[in-house]
Amino acid sequence: MPPSETSVSSEPVPTAGRSTRRGSRPPRYSALDLFRKGLNHADWPRSFHRHDLKRSYDAVIVGAGVHGLACAYYLAANHGITDVAVIDKSYIGGGGSGRNTAIVRSNYLTPEGVRFYDRSVVLYQDLSATLNYNVMFSQRGHLTLAHTDASLRTMSWRAEVNKLQGIDSEVIDAAEVGRIVPRLDVSSHARYPILGALYHPPGGIIRHDAVNWGYARAADHLGVQIHQDTELLGITTASGRVTGVRTSRGDVATPIVVNCTAGWSTLVSDMVGVKMPLITHPLQAAVTEPVKVFLPVVIVSGSLHVYVSQTDRGELVFGASVDPYPSYSMRGSLEFTESLAGHILELIPSIASLKVLRQWAGLCDMTPDYSPIMGVTPVEGFLVDVGWGTYGFKAGPVSGEAMAELVATGKVPPIIANFDLARFADGRLVGEKGAASVGH
Amino acid sequence: MIRIPCPFCGPRNSTEFAHVGEAGARPDVTTVTRQEWRTYLYVHDNPLGWVNETWFHRAGCRRYLEAERHTGTNQVRWARPIGWRDNEHEPPVNPGAPADSATATADTDPAGGA
Repeated sequence: MPPSETSVSSEPVPTAGRSTRRGSRPPRYSALDLFRKGLNHADWPRSFHRHDLKRSYDAVIVGAGVHGLACAYYLAANHGITDVAVIDKSYIGGGGSGRNTAIVRSNYLTPEGVRFYDRSVVLYQDLSATLNYNVMFSQRGHLTLAHTDASLRTMSWRAEVNKLQGIDSEVIDAAEVGRIVPRLDVSSHARYPILGALYHPPGGIIRHDAVNWGYARAADHLGVQIHQDTELLGITTASGRVTGVRTSRGDVATPIVVNCTAGWSTLVSDMVGVKMPLITHPLQAAVTEPVKVFLPVVIVSGSLHVYVSQTDRGELVFGASVDPYPSYSMRGSLEFTESLAGHILELIPSIASLKVLRQWAGLCDMTPDYSPIMGVTPVEGFLVDVGWGTYGFKAGPVSGEAMAELVATGKVPPIIANFDLARFADGRLVGEKGAASVGH
Repeated sequence: MIRIPCPFCGPRNSTEFAHVGEAGARPDVTTVTRQEWRTYLYVHDNPLGWVNETWFHRAGCRRYLEAERHTGTNQVRWARPIGWRDNEHEPPVNPGAPADSATATADTDPAGGA
C-alpha cells in the first residue's frame, strides 16, 4: 500500500483500501422522477463532484475516458476498492471516448479477439440498467460490405470464427444487402460493386457521451474521485516500482498507476521509461445535418474506406481510415471530407445534397498487430490499457472490468492474457488487422 | 493540410506524398539478434515535437525526401533529398574537378564532380 512517509493525509477521508461504500445511495433516475421534476421544476442532483486532490490513493488511473472510468467503476463495484483517483488533463470523455463513431460489435478475426469484444457487447447490453443511465444502445445490425473476392474470403473466415465462438455473424449476398438497406447501390455496374456482406445482427451504435457520464456518475457515487483539469506531469519510481505521480495540482503517493490514455499513451509510458510499440495517428469523423431515418443498420465498406450510421436524431455519422501519417494534431482536414464524400456517394448516391455539419479528429494509438496492449509492464505498479487503435470505445466495459480485476488481485485475467506488452518481444502477435472496419 | 516544401517541385500538399516513417538506421541483418530486430520492427519513439522523417513524393518528382515536421502542429520546417549533406549546396571540395576554375586538369578523378 502507499509508502508511509507520504501517505499522511490531513483530510478526514477514508484511506483504507477496502473502505465501505458511501452511505447515501445515488438518486435513481426513473420515469416517475422525470415526471415529478417536470411538475415542480426541481433541480437535478449533480452527477459527479469536484474533490480536492488527496495526498495519496490506492490507485491512480490516468485518463477519464471510457476505459479509465470503467476501470474505476468496476474497481469500486466488483472489488470494493474506492480509494481511487481518475485524473485527466482535460474533461470527462474529451478524448477518443467522445470522438469515436460509437459503433459496438464483436465480429472480430481471432478467437481471443472475438471472445474479448463479445464480453464487451454483453456488458453494453445491460449497461443502462447497471449504471441507471440510459446509454441508448441500439443493436440495429452491422453490415461489412465486400467489394472484392479477397474481402469476401476474409469475411467468410471471420463468420466461421465468430460462429465457433457463438457470435451471430454470417455472410449474405448482394440481393440480401439490398433488401436490408434499399438505399444502397447494389447494382453490378457500380464502380465498386457490392458482392456480399458480413452481417452481424448484434452490432449497433450507442451514445458514447452517455457511456462516459454514466460510468463517471456511478463511480463517483461509489466513492471514486474524478479529477478533471488535472494533468499528469510525471511518475515517480523507486527501485523499479511506482511510488507516486506528479500532477498539475500537486504530488500524490500511490503504488499503482493505470495508463488508460489514448493518443498520449506513449508520452505517459515514456515517463517511467517503458517503450511502447505505438504510432499515433489521427482518425477523422464527420456528421451531416439530420434527415428522416432511412438507414436501418451500420454500414462499413473497407474498400471505400468509410463507415456510416444514422443516429436517432437522423444525422449521418461517418468515419474513415486513419490519416496516413502519425500526428498528435486533432484538426480536421479538407482532403478527408473530400474523399469521404466521394466514397460515400459511391454507396448511397441519393444523399448527394446533404450538408456536412461538422468534422473532428481523435487520436488512435496503432499497434503493429491492431490488438490492444493490456496488463503489466517491467515497472512494478505501472499498468497499461493502451494501444486501442480504432477499437477502443467498443472495448470500454470489458477492458475496465479486466483491468479492475488485475489491479485488485494482481493476477492477469485470462480474457486479456494474450494482449500483454511482452508479446511483441516474444513474437506472439494477435493479428486483428483483418477485422478492421476499413483498411488503415 | 500539410504542405511539404519539395526541393524539386516547390511547396506541395501532403496528399501527393507517401509517409514512409521515422528516419532511422536499419540493423545489420547478418548480425542482428532476434530481440534487436523485433525492437527495430515494432518499437517507435512516437514523439510529440519535431521529428525527422522520410516522405516519398509519389505524385511528383518520385524522390525520397527527409523532412522535419512537428507532430503536434504538422508544420514542416524543411525538406531535402534523402542523404543530403549540409554542405552540399556548395561546390564539392575537390580541387581537381572540372569547374569554372581555370586550374582544372583533365587527368583528375572523373567521379569527383558527379
